[in-house]
Amino acid sequence: MSETITITINGREIKAEPGTTILRAAQSANIYIPTLCDNDELTPWGSCRLCMVEITQKQRTRMVASCIYEVADGITVQTETPRVSNVRKLVIELMLARNPYHAKLKELAAYVGVAKSRFDVDLKECILCGECVRVCREVVGVSAIGYKGRGNERVVATPFEGPAVDCIACGSCSYICPVDAIPLKEENGIRTIWNTEFAMQKCKKCGRDMAPIKQLEYFQKNYNLPDNHFDTCIHCRT
Amino acid sequence: MEKITSPEQLKALQESIVAKRDPDKACVTVCAGTGCLAYGTQKLIDNFKKEIKDKKLEDTVSLRSSGCHGFCERGPIVVNYPDKTFYQRVGLDDAAEILEKTVANGEVIDRLLYEEPVTGEKITLETDVPFYNKQMRLLLAQNPEIDPVNVDDYLAVGGYQALGKALSAMKPEGVIQEVIDANLRGRGGGGFPAGWKWDATRKAEGDIKYVICNADEGDPGAYMDRSLLEGNPHSILEGMLIGAYAIGSSQGYIYVRNEYPLAVTNATLAIENARKLGLLGDNILGSTFSFDVKIVRGGGAFVCGESSALFASIEGRSGEPRAKYVHATDKGLYDKPTCLNNVETWANVPLIINKGAAWYQSIGTEGSKGTKIFALVGKINNTGLVEVPMGTTLKEIIYDIGGGIPDGREFKAVQTGGPSGGCIPKEYLDTRVDFDELTKLGSMMGSGGMIVMDDRNCMVDVALFFLRFLEEESCGKCTPCREGVHQMRIILERITKGKGKEEDIDTLQWMGEAIADGSLCALGRSAPAPVLSTIRYFREEYEAHIRDKKCPAGVCKALITYTINADCTGCRLCVKPCPTQAITGEKKQLHTIDQDKCIQCGACYEICKDAAIIVA
Repeated sequence: MSETITITINGREIKAEPGTTILRAAQSANIYIPTLCDNDELTPWGSCRLCMVEITQKQRTRMVASCIYEVADGITVQTETPRVSNVRKLVIELMLARNPYHAKLKELAAYVGVAKSRFDVDLKECILCGECVRVCREVVGVSAIGYKGRGNERVVATPFEGPAVDCIACGSCSYICPVDAIPLKEENGIRTIWNTEFAMQKCKKCGRDMAPIKQLEYFQKNYNLPDNHFDTCIHCRT
Repeated sequence: MEKITSPEQLKALQESIVAKRDPDKACVTVCAGTGCLAYGTQKLIDNFKKEIKDKKLEDTVSLRSSGCHGFCERGPIVVNYPDKTFYQRVGLDDAAEILEKTVANGEVIDRLLYEEPVTGEKITLETDVPFYNKQMRLLLAQNPEIDPVNVDDYLAVGGYQALGKALSAMKPEGVIQEVIDANLRGRGGGGFPAGWKWDATRKAEGDIKYVICNADEGDPGAYMDRSLLEGNPHSILEGMLIGAYAIGSSQGYIYVRNEYPLAVTNATLAIENARKLGLLGDNILGSTFSFDVKIVRGGGAFVCGESSALFASIEGRSGEPRAKYVHATDKGLYDKPTCLNNVETWANVPLIINKGAAWYQSIGTEGSKGTKIFALVGKINNTGLVEVPMGTTLKEIIYDIGGGIPDGREFKAVQTGGPSGGCIPKEYLDTRVDFDELTKLGSMMGSGGMIVMDDRNCMVDVALFFLRFLEEESCGKCTPCREGVHQMRIILERITKGKGKEEDIDTLQWMGEAIADGSLCALGRSAPAPVLSTIRYFREEYEAHIRDKKCPAGVCKALITYTINADCTGCRLCVKPCPTQAITGEKKQLHTIDQDKCIQCGACYEICKDAAIIVA
């Protein structure tokens, strides 16, 4: 086991294992740093820039994204400085211009002290945190969605913006989205996501919809489950 | 081609090539850089070939199509060796005349000579042309001397001798020490000491290490890397070979943008020829050192010049940067220790090894050593590539070498450092150009683009131009760059349309600082620079747009009107070019512009000989 590292966050000494990010070290000590693109289950991404903090190391002070910056001996971290506050305010104002309504963003805006975005609204809902793309690739393992375009034209999309051919309709992207920008609809035995319809498997005993057939096939194939494994729903299984 | 198996054999080969060549034989050198080719120079070269063949002059005249000579403003360029008679703006059908008069009879063709614009004096020899003789051409010096597709030409001017010296007489650590002592700083823009980078890569743990040549030059108007790579590709390979030997790397990449087809072709050929000579491959020059280079072509995204995005692109992923909290020297390409340097940086390496760190140290300023190539473009008489020692003043570059501003107009600013650099006003023309001085002025060295602007450039419009470029080139990964630059552009556009708000300048400054602090990579961190530097030096121009709804430079269409004053002689010259038929008036009578029809295109202004069109 390698040795524990000690860093200072807002004047408090905090111990962390090597490889821990500043964000996780802060969270372990109940120091709040706002985040949007961070998720425990996903690779740190560093794109929303809400978690910026000011660090001082070897007498050099700079701004880093705490979700990807790993702890190192002798680092002093400040999570609430004027520079940090300015970046957070800008990020929130910019996000509000894409999505002015969502409660999560309004809550963060209140925390960082933004009453209203000074930018005109160009409604896009999605804030491009990338959690959906990462969960699909890293957790589900199908990479059914990715990015299209660059700069302000960037969108999360299915291949060629056509039907979601590799999607198994598991809904992880919709579930993980912090601003509920990925609609998932289920009615009459059909789940609709990414503008694509997926038939639901019905329980052979009770007739209730269980899960998308494609998702169950994906599990069967990947975990070598018997053909009849998903014939009955969890409630009807004995 | 036979493989060379020792440094001695390399030396012998060089001597035999030189011995076979007659230094007094006439050699017509035609610049075949991309700039001159765009003038149609290929036809000129073909004409020379045909004439030489038809008149059976092969024994007395040789023809060399070389890399870029740098004086792009005056292309097509022909230099007649050995005396270096310099011809410029050569007509594509002038080949026969040059061969008959100049080459055969030593007669100078007056019309093709360079005329000094101020004195009107005609200059015969290349070495007397002010554009050239005020430069210090170390890296570009070989361009006119060699045909980039002919490896013998490079060997003849002493090519690969630095590699021979490094492999036979220097330890890897010694090579690194030499580069550290020389204080060679990265020419791609960052100015990071190359030797330190090499040292860190050498010391990093890893079985495979990569060296990369970054030829993803994307700054608008900058083309020094292209000219080096297409004009002298072996010098880049030699630099990379020496670096790889020092670092302990066996694989290199040249990442070059696909928009540089000639650079791709010439570099590919150079690699093939170097392999044939055993200068790439296993056991180079009989040593235990093995190294090879692959070319990867970029798709033209500006952000791929950023090292971590460049790695992603080579790996086959989309070119998005990642945070550089782990250094590339530890985990770069394919997570292996990687040393990435710019084309010009690599080109410096053979010079340093050949002539030594002490010599290199003697050129330049305290913190920036050696020369730097600048692409001098914009409102400047002598557009071209300028290589000067670090510490040369802006004034010397723009006036002494660049020949000043065309049409007697007034210098207003120079943009250095590419789109994310800054605009420097005339008060700072005496600034000695090096990495540190430009940073102090809120601009940067960047890769060496220098765009000169005159009093007819609106600084708000200039900032808008660069911001539009950066907005388009932002990869879109992080919020401040993707959304912030986009919103800054919207505000700037509003200002140029006369709809600016009083608080806009403060908002832009506040945003600029937060974007610089919050962005993930260097593109975003430096993206606000064009706006911040123009506000810093030309604030009154912003204020004129916002408060007075005026564009002092007469550029922003929504804020200007064209009118005709009493100087009009009624020549009707302006009537025809007007695309909206807004100008009326009889011959020899005062003309008028119908403001409802005028679209402020400026066609009348450009053509008027009486300076009777007033922009306000």
